[in-house]
Amino acid sequence: MFQYGGCMKQIEAKHPLAVRWTHWINFPILFGMIYTGLMIYWASDTYRIGWGSFTLFHFFPDWVYSLFGLSHKLSMGMAWHFFLAWIFAINGFLYVAYTALSGEWRYLVPDRNSFREATQVMLHDLGIRKEPPPQGRFNGAQKIAYTGIVLMGLGSLVTGLAIYKVVQFNWLVALLGGYRAARVEHFVLTMAYLMFFLVHISQVVRAGWNNFRAMVTGYEIKTEEAHAGRTQA
Amino acid sequence: MPEEPKPDPIIGEEAEAERIAEARRIAENDRAVEAEMRRRTRRAFMVGGVAALGGFGAWEWIRTRRQDLNEPWPLRRVLDTNEEIARDYFSRRRLAREYPLSEAPKELRINERIGMEDELDPADWKLIVSNADRDDSDDGNNTLTMDDIRKLPHAEHVTELKCIEGWSQKVHWGGARFADFAAVYAPQKGWGYVGMETPDAGYYVGLDLDSAMQPQTLLCYEMNGEPLPEPHGAPLRLVIPTKYGIKNLKRIGKIFYSQERPRDYWAELGYDWYAGL
Repeated sequence: MFQYGGCMKQIEAKHPLAVRWTHWINFPILFGMIYTGLMIYWASDTYRIGWGSFTLFHFFPDWVYSLFGLSHKLSMGMAWHFFLAWIFAINGFLYVAYTALSGEWRYLVPDRNSFREATQVMLHDLGIRKEPPPQGRFNGAQKIAYTGIVLMGLGSLVTGLAIYKVVQFNWLVALLGGYRAARVEHFVLTMAYLMFFLVHISQVVRAGWNNFRAMVTGYEIKTEEAHAGRTQA
Repeated sequence: MPEEPKPDPIIGEEAEAERIAEARRIAENDRAVEAEMRRRTRRAFMVGGVAALGGFGAWEWIRTRRQDLNEPWPLRRVLDTNEEIARDYFSRRRLAREYPLSEAPKELRINERIGMEDELDPADWKLIVSNADRDDSDDGNNTLTMDDIRKLPHAEHVTELKCIEGWSQKVHWGGARFADFAAVYAPQKGWGYVGMETPDAGYYVGLDLDSAMQPQTLLCYEMNGEPLPEPHGAPLRLVIPTKYGIKNLKRIGKIFYSQERPRDYWAELGYDWYAGL
């Protein structure tokens, strides 16, 4: 810990180097996975939200493809997708291995209080609950989100492998409910990343510069109350 | 900036001096902490910036490489490496899931007619088999008729045809196993590939022999228990459930064994040559 004598502001280590690197490598790689995944999906874009002949939302309207330049790029999308998938998998594996071996997982894996805490976080963030919920390094909502996103990543790898080599991994495909189901699951996870991203970004903006800076530098500035003993003396 | 503390006339001078000193010390500390944090932030953002530039550079470099079969060569190498790994893992014993007859719909989507633009008179059709171990001709090109194929043991299955575009459909196929065909017209010893073409050579696929010899690979002449319809590749097509639809060549005119990967229509357009499932 870095500290100059006093006890007001101090620099405190927050995110280890390995966590920061894997996080920031994952950011463009996951973006690339989603982008090239949508190039592949474009070739047979049959998913929708609707009932019978009524369609509430079609994945995706034409303007989405033209806005992001996703049309007629199936072969390009596949070539990149099956390249980036390696980096995505290796980077994810390194992150999980590091958090498991270093003991960092203790900050990240939800415990039995996390779900109650997460509700408080939500009520607080929505302005319904006044007092802020307990915030260690990560609050309950963060623990659930950050563990959940790792499980989602694993889910993408598993469903992706099932689609990619459907005959060689026919047992896995069966577990996932069949080829078509695995493809839907792979797609739903992708949409879930986009939802995660929206919430994550808005929370980062809300939390402010000190919090964001910690994800880049590894350190945050903490302001501590003066020691009780000293003020009384 | 914290305010400079003012003397408080009520408490003693000594205590007052100590209070001011403490406040100064805290302010000094805060300034030092902020300065140190700025230094670390600068350094971290510089490292991050360089890393981001490196990533961007890598992307740009890959994107602009010489094209190898319509992909930048680094991506083509990755596709080929993925192929090597998949071929190491591949086993002929792993089967595509089969479905009961009742689940096979009567209609199958017709996606493409590449290589079938010309009308084909079924009476004119013959199958050329080249580079086989067995040669019944003078020129190395065996010429077969449908009767030769029908003589082979009959096999059928309902499997899900998977298009590389993403859609899939169950189909009831019938015909001769390629493995049974290859027992009669065997590849030359040590040769690992087989190629197939339409009669006009407008559409062509290359296959690794391992996938072709998997027992569900059919030289198919029946769909839904009836003669194969013309749009689906009559009189003879390939059905290979361990590959995407693009490899399931319709209207086979020629089968040839090869020591090297035979050319492949969609691979030349940027797709994975192996396209294995």
